[in-house]
Amino acid sequence: MKVKRNEPIAFSILIISIAFLVSLIVIVLPVYKIFEQAFQKGFSGYWNALVDLELLSSLRLSLIVMAIVVTINTIFGLAAAWYVTRFGKRIRGLLEVLLELPFSVSPVVAGMIFILLFGSSGFLGSFLKDSNVQIIFALPGVILATTFVTLPFVAKELIPLMDELGTEMEEAAIVLGANGWHMFTRITLPSIKWGLIHGIIMCTARSMGEFGAVSVVSGHIRGQTVTMPLHIEILYNEYEFVASFAAATILGIAAFAATVFKILVSRAQKNQLRKS
Amino acid sequence: MHSNRRLLPGHNLSLGISLLYLSLFLLIPLGALFLQSAQISTSKIIQVLSSERIWAACKISFGLALISALLNVVMGFTLAWPLARYSFPGKKILDTIIDLPLALPTAVAGISLASLYASNSHLGGFLESAGIQVAYSPLGIVIAMSFVGIPFAVRTVQPVIEEIDIGIEEAAATLGANWSQIFFKIILPMITPSLLAGFGLSFARAVGEYGSVIFIAGNIPYQTEIAPLLILSKLEQYDYDGAIILAMLMLSISFLVLLTVNLTGRFRKR
Repeated sequence: MKVKRNEPIAFSILIISIAFLVSLIVIVLPVYKIFEQAFQKGFSGYWNALVDLELLSSLRLSLIVMAIVVTINTIFGLAAAWYVTRFGKRIRGLLEVLLELPFSVSPVVAGMIFILLFGSSGFLGSFLKDSNVQIIFALPGVILATTFVTLPFVAKELIPLMDELGTEMEEAAIVLGANGWHMFTRITLPSIKWGLIHGIIMCTARSMGEFGAVSVVSGHIRGQTVTMPLHIEILYNEYEFVASFAAATILGIAAFAATVFKILVSRAQKNQLRKS
Repeated sequence: MHSNRRLLPGHNLSLGISLLYLSLFLLIPLGALFLQSAQISTSKIIQVLSSERIWAACKISFGLALISALLNVVMGFTLAWPLARYSFPGKKILDTIIDLPLALPTAVAGISLASLYASNSHLGGFLESAGIQVAYSPLGIVIAMSFVGIPFAVRTVQPVIEEIDIGIEEAAATLGANWSQIFFKIILPMITPSLLAGFGLSFARAVGEYGSVIFIAGNIPYQTEIAPLLILSKLEQYDYDGAIILAMLMLSISFLVLLTVNLTGRFRKR
């Protein structure tokens, strides 16, 4: 059992037990409760709640939002990390401050800023109304708000990795006649791939589950702007507990899969670092 | 050096994409917030800031976020210490579980916490019979805030504990220091900056938290109504100015708290 230890064994045993107890009460119990409530009326009750059309349409909407947001995020993350680590050392500090913003702003405020911009009395409100474009209370608003809260995930993961990689190998590739795409796919990408996947997993989980920012801009229009988390809220407020928790199990399982996958990825990343 | 930098491709492309995305998703919306807030009349600001409900909501959000962040520092340490220093059965499971709150959607956490501590559930009923009211009380809000913040508290301290050179501890022990001296005089000063950082992250997350809190809070004005919820209800009543003022108030208080935490950290390092 001993790995690194100067402290008395009683202390070690005590703190391990407390750690298990804390994680049990704070994290495991709430997660267990999702499943307990979902199966309150047995498996058939659970299954009936799952095959509901509104639930499936909210799931479809969440998947669409997720796919778009993750794509935007990956492109931005690659571009921003490439620019600040390869060319823009001077604006690096600025970018890092900007990337802190979405984490330090309340999700409700994140949704609010898009209402101020695109809402009917917002800056662009009358212009949008004239040109018949609906952003708030429609899919684009949901995507914008979700993108805002997830924007830093991929970039923040890639910046330190691209720093560590350095530029010598990339420059060598270019000097030897490789084009930009070949340099990127054969030199840059293999070294940053685990970090990239890690960022994408975090972004996927957050974009599927974003609630605060989306509730502000969504308007709760069924079938159009009600994502999974909003659907869960609606069912819960209508006292449809089994249905609400059944939907929650889908997101719960997805979250668990993301967490396990993330740990496997960081292990692979550590192995790669050790080899190089 | 300059020409060397330009050897690599993609300068204009990556700059273009970064600027476009940053402006579209971050700078223009945030700019709209600041422009809009500059247009609000002083009388409106005074009117909103003199509302007791706003200050009550801020007191609840910031006060309870402070408590939950403190709680998370303590719990975060007890979780990070064994993960960093020992190997024991179930360690990998424990390590995995800690990241779950990061991936679990806040609304899901919210409804499960609310039903876990509801007075008709086992745990909630038991606590209530012991005189502890969790649902619809400030304690419930603290529990929800701690749930979403705990991964930050663990993951900032854990790598720092891993880095501690066991040789220093052994040297101190050889020189006759007992374990509590080693802990308080050597280990604690080394990990204090990371404890503060974990406090800051956990606090920032808790102050703005919405989804996991609203279900368990009951949202009673002056008692369990958090500031983000008040912003949302102002937006729903089309009181945009009121929502903006409250948002700016929240941002400035958060900024002050995080600045204090940062400065304390810097001071301690010296």
